[in-house]
Order: sequence, then C-alpha cells, then structure tokens
Amino acid sequence: MEKLRQLYFWIDDRLHLTKLFESTAGHHVPKSSGSWFYVFGSATLLCFIIQVVTGICLALIYQPSASEAYASLEYLSYDVPLGWYLRAVHNWGSNFMVGIMLLHMTQVFLFGAYKYPREITWLSGCILLFLTLGMAFTGQVLRFDEDAYWGLGIGASIMGRIPFFGQEVVNMMLGGPIIAGQTLSRFFTLHVFVLPGAIIALVSLHLRMVLTKGINEYPTPGILVDRKTYDAHYQTILRKEGVPFVPHAIDKDLIASAVVLGLILFLAAFDGPKMPNGLADPTQIDTVPRPDFFFLWIFALAALLPPYMESFVLLVGPIVLSILLFTLPFFNNTGEKSWRRRPIAVLTVVLVWLTFGILTYLGKTSPWSPDMQAWTKDETPKEFLVNRSPLELQGNLVLQYKQCRLCHAIDGIGGKRGPDLAEVGMRLTEPQLVRQVVQGGGNMPAYGKNLTRDEITALTAYLVSLRPPGIPPARDSTLPAKPAPETPVSAQR
Amino acid sequence: MEPENTSSQSPAQPCGNCKSSRRDFLLKLGVGLNVAAGAMIGIPLAGYVASIMVEKFPLQWINLGPLSKFPEGKTTLATYLNPYRRSWDGDTDLIPCWVRRLAGENFQIFAINCAHLGCPVRWFEESQLFLCPCHGGAYYADGSRASGPPPRGLFEYEYKIEQGDLFVKGGLLPTLADTNP
Repeated sequence: MEKLRQLYFWIDDRLHLTKLFESTAGHHVPKSSGSWFYVFGSATLLCFIIQVVTGICLALIYQPSASEAYASLEYLSYDVPLGWYLRAVHNWGSNFMVGIMLLHMTQVFLFGAYKYPREITWLSGCILLFLTLGMAFTGQVLRFDEDAYWGLGIGASIMGRIPFFGQEVVNMMLGGPIIAGQTLSRFFTLHVFVLPGAIIALVSLHLRMVLTKGINEYPTPGILVDRKTYDAHYQTILRKEGVPFVPHAIDKDLIASAVVLGLILFLAAFDGPKMPNGLADPTQIDTVPRPDFFFLWIFALAALLPPYMESFVLLVGPIVLSILLFTLPFFNNTGEKSWRRRPIAVLTVVLVWLTFGILTYLGKTSPWSPDMQAWTKDETPKEFLVNRSPLELQGNLVLQYKQCRLCHAIDGIGGKRGPDLAEVGMRLTEPQLVRQVVQGGGNMPAYGKNLTRDEITALTAYLVSLRPPGIPPARDSTLPAKPAPETPVSAQR
Repeated sequence: MEPENTSSQSPAQPCGNCKSSRRDFLLKLGVGLNVAAGAMIGIPLAGYVASIMVEKFPLQWINLGPLSKFPEGKTTLATYLNPYRRSWDGDTDLIPCWVRRLAGENFQIFAINCAHLGCPVRWFEESQLFLCPCHGGAYYADGSRASGPPPRGLFEYEYKIEQGDLFVKGGLLPTLADTNP
C-alpha cells in the first residue's frame, strides 16, 4: 500500500494531476447549478463522444467512393457482426445530439446564461449549433442514397440562387459541375475531418469559458446582472455555497447522461439503422426525395414561401438569424436573468419552437406534393359512384385517367395539393368548374389544351354531382332565384 | 551571450535599428521565415481548394442516339454519360433528361431538374404535365411553368442533329445561377 502511495505521489509530482483536477473537474460551482435544468450540456457532449467513437468504427468499413459507398453500407449493415448496431447508434446519437443541443440552448436562453460575462460561451455554443447541423447534413449525404443525391441537388439549387457567383459556389460545393464522385469525397472530408475538428476546438473553448467565467448560477427573480457588481457577486456565491463540481454537482449530469445513453442504445437496438433507401442513381426518377428530420423545416419553408421572396429568404434568412443569435448577448447584456421576469424571452422560445415544430410537421406530411401514384392506386369510394348518370360516370373516368387525383383527393383519398373534391358540387357552379378546368388558376394548371369538349362536359357534370345528399348544386348568385337582397350597408356609403 | 533583458531596453535607445540586439534580430528573422514558409504552403493550399471555383466546365455535345429512338409527338426519358465523369462516380455518371420530339427534327430537351430546387420532374403523358415530387412544381408539355413554386419553366438544353443522331449540349447541373445551360 505504501508503495502505491509513493507511486501516486511520484506520478502526481511529475504530471501535476491534483492541480489539474482542482482547476478543471474539481473547480467550484454554485451549489444551485447542480440542477436538473443544467444537465443538457454534458448530455450533448456525451452524444458527441458517442458519435466520434461509433464514427471511427464505421470508418473502418465505409468506402467514401460514389461507386462503393452504397455496397459498403449494405455490407456494414448485413455482414459485419454488429455493424447494423453501430450504424443505428450513430444515427440515433446524431438525432439526440441535435435534439439535446436545442434543449441546452433553450435552457441557456431562458436562464439568461448568455449575459455578462458569458458572451463568448454563448457565441461558441452558437457556432457549435451550426457545426452540429453541418454534421447532420453531411452525414446524411454519406448514406449516398437517392435522398442524399437529390438533397445535394436541393443544396446546389439554393446555392445557385446566390447572385453573381452562384455557379462558382455550386462548383465549390459539388466539386464540379454535376453531383458525382468528388461530391461525396468532399462531404466525407467535411464530415470526418473538418467539422469534427472544428467541434473539438469549439467545445474546448466552450468548456474553457465555463471554467474561467464560471457556470451560470441558478437565476433568482429580482437579482439583476450589473457589469460593475456581477463578478464580485459571483465570487460571493462561490465563497458562500460553492462546491467542487466533482463530486458534489455532477450527480444529476451522470444520471442524465446514463439515461440518454440508455435511450440511444435502446432505440438503436429496437429501431435498427436507417438504411439507404435507393441507389444514388439519377436515372431512377421515381423517387420522392425527403431530407432527414432536422431539415424538414427548410424543406417545408421552400414549399410555402411565395416565389418572389424565396431566394431572398433562403439566402438572407440564415445571415439574419445568425446575426440575431451572435449579437444577442451584446444587446441584451445585463439585467434580469430569470425567465419568470422575462416574458418576451419565454414568448420567443414558445414561438420559435412552435414555428419550427409546425414547419417540421408540414415537411413530414408535405401536403403540397402530388401523390404520383394516386391515379392508379386510389379507388373512388362507392358513394361517389352510385346513382350517377352515364355522363357523370364518364366524367369520373376522365377525372381518374387525366390524373386529377394526383393533386385532388375524393373524401380524403388521393393527393392533398389541391382541394378535396368530395363536396365541390356545392361550392362551384358548372360554368365556374369549366373555367377552372380549362384555364386553371390558383395553383392549378390549365387543362384546356389537353381535354376535348366532351371530356370537359363529362368531367364537370361529374364534379357537379359531388355533394352531400340532399344539398342542391351551387347556384350562380348573380342570377335572380329568390328576392334580391337589400343593398348592403357598405355599398350605401 | 547578452543578458536576457537587452531587447526590452532597446526601445529606450534613440536608434532602435542600429542598436538592435542579436536576439531581436533572430526573433524577427524567425517570425519572418515562418511567415514566408506559411505563405509558401498557404498560397498553394488555397489555390488547390479554390481552383474549382475558377475552373470552367464548358458544356459539351453528347450523343443521345439515333432519332428513331424518339417517337414523334412523345416525350421520353433519355440518359447520357456525364462528360466530366470519373471512374469512381458509380451510378451518378448517368444523367437523365426529357426529350420531347414535336415532329421531324423539331425537338425540345429538358433537364430532369426542377427549376425550383433541382428535384427530378416526372412526365405524365395522360395529363401532359411535368410534376415535381418535392414541392409540387408543375410544367406544361413545352416546359413552361404551369403552377407551384418554380420561378421559371424547365431548363432547356441546346440540341443538334448530325448524321441521324440527336446530340444534347450538357454537362452541368442546371440551377438558377445559369439559367441557359
């Protein structure tokens, strides 16, 4: 035992481990920071470590070559013992890393931790957010399936909208004029060397700032941050109720990390890896490209923005958002920290989560996409066929055969891009239907050149018949059918 | 050896340069040499990475096959090999495009990529429309915009006919950066 003690002292004398411990893991933190709200940062770091470890293991097999990547992923998933499990852990680790990082950011924002003197902690965290999203996007490309291929196409198309030197940026992104082998090589380089290196550097800075400027104390409503008094105030807190982080404040971090790790491993084992969904073969055009979960909101935004502002929002939006994030600790540097006295901060969080949540939901359901198979796979419910005249039944065939149902559902069955036609006969008169079919409008193409007069007659006759039982067809309100209404007040002036 | 603190005294001297110590000189030389060495590696590195932005990739004439492959009045999918392909490109070296033969030698060749965000548009013969699976962009048979988010019609390639073969001028992922590929 005495020998071991001496060995320890010898090692400590040479490596200064005790001093290192006291100034890092054992540094004093306010007792109040040992809170369940403070576990997200360490949990994000844990996810990153999982990603590094599993990523290194995957790189033992994965081939970053456009001609081999897909096959190597299949080999990894089906042939290499536990290869599927590592891929699954890497995928779920990525989801958790982004998700927990967002929670961490929300908590930091609500607790005013970005205020004096922790501005650089916040800045480095914001850069880490962008780097992590970069990891998520480049990782999705490495799956090199059809979603990856067309996802790159979407990325290049957005870059191509940059004025003056759009083409140069596209070439830089793709490594050439077309998505090809060199595109995968550069995304591999980013995913495996550049971005992880930058993350390690930024995490080091982030943790260094936590050590030099201290972890944010649990905010108390009414105690305001003042640049003149805060440092002394913080030192007082440390003197009065400071505890070494290890072992007195790390307990909840440990539990949370274990829960996160357990969840990742469980979901990985239960759900399995995310398999590539189709060869990255551009000639296979029967595809419905969708981005991974954390980019669905951008996908939705691209569908919903009016064309005239789309390029502007896609290109300038990220810059404005970054400026807002980066300058936050400078225009909101002092004052109240507690979210209980910061209603605008709470409202901001609610609005941001709602906006991104709704956009993600819309991106997932993407009602704006035509259902390309609807005209062959979707039947017409029986009640929309019985008691119809031969002309109306012919109209139903036109509706089906001219592929109207790619965009139009009947009673919820079919595409969701246009309005459901189940009750269209009580909304539009026959002349209105003819006009709409022939001229299009309101996001509907014109079919005038593509339908014969007879087909239009049959189609509109059928559409007029689509209405609930007992309801008469829509009537032209300009024709007198019942006593003319009195002149509205607004028209009298 | 001169004492350590010589350099810190030197600013007090009226003539900084002539009285500069050897240590000062070596420091400046060291910094200078490293700046030079840094430039010697940094400039080629930047050139290596950024060369792709300067390099030009002119469109090239590519044979799509004999005219008989394309029935009149129809729009069919054709594929061509990327002129800038490498042996490690795998399946990505085949590029699809839509060939519309109106009549005789009158053609229209459209890029597969939607003018909105580059997804592959599909041709629907029955409704005479190109539809995009991503955000629902729609185009008429002649490539003009019908509805949805695309800001313009489909990208159209130049074509020519030589000795009974149809040639397309391709080799670029069309985006709004170059609306006339």
